Amino acid sequence: MLDPYKIREDFPILKRKVNDQPLVYFDNASTSQKPKQVIQAIKDFYENHNANVHRAVHTLSQEASELYENAHEEVAKFIGAKGIEEIVFVRGTTEAINLVAYAWGLHNLRRDDEVIVSLMEHHSNIVPWEIVSKIHGFKIKYIGVNKDGTLDHRSFEKLVSKKTKMVCLSHVSNVTGIVNDVERVAKTAHDHGALMLVDGAQSVPHMPVNVKDLGVDFLAFSGHKMLGPTGIGVLFGKREVLEEMPPFHGGGEMIKDVSFDQETKRCSIAWNVLPWKFEAGTPNVGGAVGLMEAVRYLKRIGMENVKEHEETLTNYALPRMQDSSEKIEIYGTKDPSKKCGIIPFGVKGLSSHDVALFLDNYGIMVRSGFHCAEPLHEVLGLSSSARASFYIYNTREEIDRFAEVLKEIGQF
Amino acid sequence: MATVEDYVSRIEGTCGRERDVIVIFKYEKRDETVKRILERATLKKSLAGIVFELVFKNYSFRLYGSGKIIFRGLDSKDELNALLSALLL
Repeated sequence: MLDPYKIREDFPILKRKVNDQPLVYFDNASTSQKPKQVIQAIKDFYENHNANVHRAVHTLSQEASELYENAHEEVAKFIGAKGIEEIVFVRGTTEAINLVAYAWGLHNLRRDDEVIVSLMEHHSNIVPWEIVSKIHGFKIKYIGVNKDGTLDHRSFEKLVSKKTKMVCLSHVSNVTGIVNDVERVAKTAHDHGALMLVDGAQSVPHMPVNVKDLGVDFLAFSGHKMLGPTGIGVLFGKREVLEEMPPFHGGGEMIKDVSFDQETKRCSIAWNVLPWKFEAGTPNVGGAVGLMEAVRYLKRIGMENVKEHEETLTNYALPRMQDSSEKIEIYGTKDPSKKCGIIPFGVKGLSSHDVALFLDNYGIMVRSGFHCAEPLHEVLGLSSSARASFYIYNTREEIDRFAEVLKEIGQF
Repeated sequence: MATVEDYVSRIEGTCGRERDVIVIFKYEKRDETVKRILERATLKKSLAGIVFELVFKNYSFRLYGSGKIIFRGLDSKDELNALLSALLL
């Protein structure tokens, strides 16, 4: 069991006030706050070890390279990957999915092929596939969502066929917090010869995730949602799949040799080994160091404890929100066993932005709008939603305060 | 001569079916701005100095004590600028 009060001491930002009120940060599904250990690790890197990585013989470069490779190693262990060759550092989840859509999709998908995507996806798991399908003409089919926001497995089982080459699904919905049965979907996808890509942006920071147990071919997630800095994220890919894929970006670092043939007047190129084949150009070394420290921080707490804490907060929050006012509506399933610490809600008669502005007056930060998941809002019949999302440093007292302010909003 | 930009820090178009526009006033002008708008617009409803539902020239909107205002149903940037000019200058 984790102690959020002790954890809060590591987060300098939680001491500040907003609009003269103590900060209550419930926008963790957008980005998390950073502990001083992560801030210090980044500072230490730039103060003491900063250099470009790989292919330099000087001491600083060797230190930076070692840190950068250690960061890959730390992440690989964290998600149960076989080794660093399965861990590609990117800018974030969006870039990771784009990498797969372009590098794998352009190389493997043809006109009669199909990609299956769920309607509960973040735009970052819809738009790249739609863009690439315009180039190659393959079909995209969408898995339906039930009225309570859960995945319609029957819809998926009707859609999947031998034409299916890729199935794309979020592990946890960024709007409803619903946890999808990824193992079940991955097994069905594989039974039909398709690969499985999972958007882990809302799961990896909040629960134990093991790629072997899930049986997925790709897993994408972002560092900034799991206590790390912005601009660093991860694409896990099974080694045998990444080996077969051509690179995404071309440039330095991702090549082994570029040789010029005097006769043909062309360059011939040999790709670097994994994972560097997919990491063109100077990488975000400082970001990787920050991510490594974030992973170490989470490991010290224990991901089971993180999950348990968020479940406790969600179970505590749901009835208090519901009871605060008759005008409060909780969207999606209210069954805590099906979801994690994300609660979408609305107040009758007010737009989600009004609700967020109202809460902001009291120093309470929540998100409002579509949360980059417009199709899901359409399916659920919502014009937009407000969203409270919890993390390791949130407390019951903060939820009490949140419920008090919701009561006031209900009286307006 | 004062302009709208002297008072406004940011204008955010929101996402969501409502397509609201949120105007955030400069922190150092916040109190002055809120006071001026309250003097010029007609108060319909308020709650504890936190939020004010106002009407001005047939536009209905909400002003927050934190120095933010939310407009809905505006058709263009010109319409927003005209409204802000009338409220602030």
